[in-house]
Amino acid sequence: MKTFIKKYYYGDIPDDKAGGNELKDSKTPPSGGRGADWPLWEVFIRSKQGLDHKHVGSLHATDAQMAIENARDVYTRRMEGVSIWVVESKYIHASNPEEAGELFEPAVDKIYRHPTFYDLPDEVNQM
Amino acid sequence: MENTFNKNASSKVPPSEGFREAYILHLADNSLILGQRNSEWCGHGPVLEQDIAITNISLDLIGQARNFYQYAATLINNQSAAKVSPPAGGGDLEGAATEDSLAYLRKEEEFKNCLLVEQPKGDWAQTILRQFFFSQYQYLLFQQLQNSKDEQLAAIAEKSLKEITYHLRWSSEWVIRLGDGTDESHQRMIKAIDELWKYTGEMFKSVSYELRAASEGFGVDVSQLKEPWQKKVSDIFNEASLIPPSGGWGALMQTGGKQGKHTEHLGNIFIELQYMQKTYPGCDW
Repeated sequence: MKTFIKKYYYGDIPDDKAGGNELKDSKTPPSGGRGADWPLWEVFIRSKQGLDHKHVGSLHATDAQMAIENARDVYTRRMEGVSIWVVESKYIHASNPEEAGELFEPAVDKIYRHPTFYDLPDEVNQM
Repeated sequence: MENTFNKNASSKVPPSEGFREAYILHLADNSLILGQRNSEWCGHGPVLEQDIAITNISLDLIGQARNFYQYAATLINNQSAAKVSPPAGGGDLEGAATEDSLAYLRKEEEFKNCLLVEQPKGDWAQTILRQFFFSQYQYLLFQQLQNSKDEQLAAIAEKSLKEITYHLRWSSEWVIRLGDGTDESHQRMIKAIDELWKYTGEMFKSVSYELRAASEGFGVDVSQLKEPWQKKVSDIFNEASLIPPSGGWGALMQTGGKQGKHTEHLGNIFIELQYMQKTYPGCDW
């Protein structure tokens, strides 16, 4: 089985499962079980009013409507959420792990960017 | 279900039931049997996400059944307590009905579910179509049942309706998706319609305990649900490029399930559903 990883594209998801549209030009049927030819969706759940949506996982679905319903069934069975967002995985662009050095390490010695050198007023408690 | 078996219950049929108990058992049996049928998909769903979806629906249905069985058990026990007083032995009634005894120890001919819910799960199209037919029926029925004079029934209906609304939405979308999908999915839906259509009429044909329950103000006259059900089914079928089979709404319908006359498929369900409690009465785990 050919499993090359598309480096600049959403972490470690094999190309044949990365999204829907690519498959239409594909000559070979997708590997894996039934449903593997459905696009992959990323699921974000808001657990309470006022909080933000958090990434909880991914699933397969044919369209956005089905993705929301699948997310409801897969990720909110134990009262985890009050709101669901889904987005097709192919629309998420990820940073390249190999570039982590130049992207993130320069911040390591810039501790003055943390707001720890000020006296905060008592009223500000969400910093 | 928690283990609420009375060790003496195994050899007894439930104490006498009136029309009220019969009506509630009918509602319970519909939910239990369809829940059991759908649970056959557990681990076998076409894709992981739908495997979870259909088993969630199973659990919703079995939850509804529990509510109805618990209520029916209370009524049955009260009734027999009134008849046989004081209870033999002075303590609890021997062989008192429980949700478990009602689900696991009644015989086939005592079950009052519609024939539709006991039919085999078939392929995914058949399971989807049956769920759609039944959820649409339940949706209309429970909307009415919310106004029942019987507060307990009204409360169960209200609680269940949210689940049913989702079942209906989920199954409607699948009917459209399959009916209007590929050639194969369309063909499978047509086959499912041919298979199940003859069992839809029974839902709207009142039997004696339903008529009595309706006239007493705590049950629903199901014959009045027929038209709105047909309208909704037509709407979804239109969207799904499907049509009712020849004979349409007037086709010959199979009945009898509500009065305990079942197809052979119910017996097959019992092999799994009731095996443990019949083989090891009162068993504990």
